[in-house]
Amino acid sequence: MKITINNRILEASPGETVLSVAARAGISIPTLCHMEGLPPTGACRMCVVEDIGTDNLIPSCSQPAVEGMEIKTHSPKALNARKTIVELLLANHPDDCLYCIRNGCCTLQDYSEELGVRQRRYSGVKSTYDLDVSSPSIVRDPDKCILCGKCVRVCEEIQGVSAIDFVGRGSATHIGCAFEEGLNVSSCVYCGQCIMVCPTGALAEKDETARVIAALRNPDITVVAQHAPAISVTIAEDFGIKPGTDIVDRMNGAMRRMGFDYIFPTSFGADLTVIEEAHELVQRVTSGGPFPLFTSCSPGWVKFMEEFYPELVKNVSSCKSPQQMLGAVVKRIWTSERDIDPKKVFHVSIMPCTAKKFECDRPGMRNDSVRDVDVVLTTREFVRMIKMFGIDLEQVDGEPADNPYGERSSAGKIFGASGGVMEAAVRTAYHMITAKELPDLDVKDVRGFKGIKEIEIEIGEFVLKAAVVSGLGNARKLLDSILAGEKTYHFVEIMTCPGGCIAGGGQPFTSDPKMVRSRMMSLYSIDSSAPVRTAHSNVSLKKLYDDHLKKPGSHVAHEILHTGYARREVLK
Amino acid sequence: MKINRIEEILKSYMSAGRDKLIPILQEVQEAEGFLSRESVELTGRHLGLPASKIFGVATFYNQFRFEPMGKFHIQICRGTACHVKGSAPLLDSLVKELDVEPGRTTKDGLFSLEVVACIGACGLAPVIAVNGEFHARLECDQIPVIIDSYRKKGL
Repeated sequence: MKITINNRILEASPGETVLSVAARAGISIPTLCHMEGLPPTGACRMCVVEDIGTDNLIPSCSQPAVEGMEIKTHSPKALNARKTIVELLLANHPDDCLYCIRNGCCTLQDYSEELGVRQRRYSGVKSTYDLDVSSPSIVRDPDKCILCGKCVRVCEEIQGVSAIDFVGRGSATHIGCAFEEGLNVSSCVYCGQCIMVCPTGALAEKDETARVIAALRNPDITVVAQHAPAISVTIAEDFGIKPGTDIVDRMNGAMRRMGFDYIFPTSFGADLTVIEEAHELVQRVTSGGPFPLFTSCSPGWVKFMEEFYPELVKNVSSCKSPQQMLGAVVKRIWTSERDIDPKKVFHVSIMPCTAKKFECDRPGMRNDSVRDVDVVLTTREFVRMIKMFGIDLEQVDGEPADNPYGERSSAGKIFGASGGVMEAAVRTAYHMITAKELPDLDVKDVRGFKGIKEIEIEIGEFVLKAAVVSGLGNARKLLDSILAGEKTYHFVEIMTCPGGCIAGGGQPFTSDPKMVRSRMMSLYSIDSSAPVRTAHSNVSLKKLYDDHLKKPGSHVAHEILHTGYARREVLK
Repeated sequence: MKINRIEEILKSYMSAGRDKLIPILQEVQEAEGFLSRESVELTGRHLGLPASKIFGVATFYNQFRFEPMGKFHIQICRGTACHVKGSAPLLDSLVKELDVEPGRTTKDGLFSLEVVACIGACGLAPVIAVNGEFHARLECDQIPVIIDSYRKKGL
């Protein structure tokens, strides 16, 4: 079928929306409520275009292409309508852009600029809702909300959590939890996907940069940092470097300039997790269950399980996540080796994740009063800090991480993508069971963005049946089929965010899936060219076991590296 | 006891879908006097709906309340006739005197305040009803006196 957009004749497939046809032709139409891959709601009307045939404005996000239709996307009439919409949205907006966490990366601000809004034509009563600072991860500011509904949709339709919804009616409508409670009482798993889709500053991570800066300037405190596998392949985007470039060395250099005393890659912790978790898997295989074993690296998933599937508590790996393992090793082993008071060590973890802020707060993640990890910064907070310290990443010389935990295998690096934990664990479990290396270390079937991936792998006599899931909505589907007895697996990897940590809720705002893909490509290219590709070949890790942990699953390993879960009562 | 009542109501809606949400909420409120967290969660489990969704739907309608009614239920008419005769400042006086927003119940549980579109007594405008007892042609300065008289009865 052919339609005309802006005097260009374009091919459209049946059912395709005008917005989609235009996007393919490189014509960008602004949207506020549109979500790629989900049915349109047509709530915001930002995407109205002029239909020349009927002389009407139509919402391009929900209007299917009709043969012969003639559209002007940026006619004066369409532009005027869009500008008016923005002006009306601004009528009760707090207008505190200079103080807003989204200053410079706000869709509403961008559109206001794009459409040339230069004066206040409408002035309404400003709302005065309470800030919701109840959660350790996410801050909600309903005053800045424009009611596009994307947070509600991502929470319900992608994550299957439904912690929030529209509350009230008419001008009193706002987004809230059931019974106007704070997020901490709700079923929110703190994944932060709502922040990623929010076009304004109504949703944001809980900013902890001030606490980190205070620690950096305190001469009595040793500041140790770890950075997650996804960070070094992500932040290039924010510094004008080609997206997907791995800038781990320059990042280390920048962090030293900022004053971090020691830097370890979280991938070392991931290698440790692989050893402990593969050991757990092998043990369950030997003792016959319970199956499936679920991964425990993703704190959003762990909270989700505790709320919605508490019957699976015994199935989830008792391993702490890589972040917490590394934190615990630093606070308990590293400090004792150096005779440093662990109370004088401040451990900062840089994560693509908002739920990690919650994870490091869990009661099981400390030794008496000493926390494994003191503060978690999201990628966004970290980028803000680098900029605040005036560091030009392009000018920084590359530096290695610190020893003894600076060495990592690339198995611990691919943790950043959905399927990475599975691939890393399979490589090591194979070695544990057969004492040989997996013939082809590439477990390609678990890679990629597909929501549910299944594999069967022969490990000696044993056939390992496994599944890899990302996005909690997909997890729900898989868990329900497992509980109904329709599916059986030995091992299941679940990542809270669709695509894994590279698309985590603490990552830079990007609506471009190509960016996220480039992060994933980068992780796998690091892996394919790495000298050490399995956790069990990490020499520094071997030394850690020889000197302290003895062997996987040992008493001391359990004390430092493992944790527990329990049913969680929330408003759901 | 109450929870049993709710379960009975839900039983009478066996294999019902989300389209039955509002009738169920109406029956639950009838039985309970309001919609409690427990009953919202039970209803949600029955229909496969999250609590946030049910709360969202329920707050869309004026008929649902989330706190027990006060010992004295005050209805203030905000219909056209009452509006013309000054029900807006009257409502302000009530909110001030009771220290409670419309739709809510005072902390001591004595009074609940409800705004009604029209109470059907336009000849008495502006009017309020306390447990069905009408107070007609009110002026703002009468509000503290009226509230006080009920307060005394309630103690």
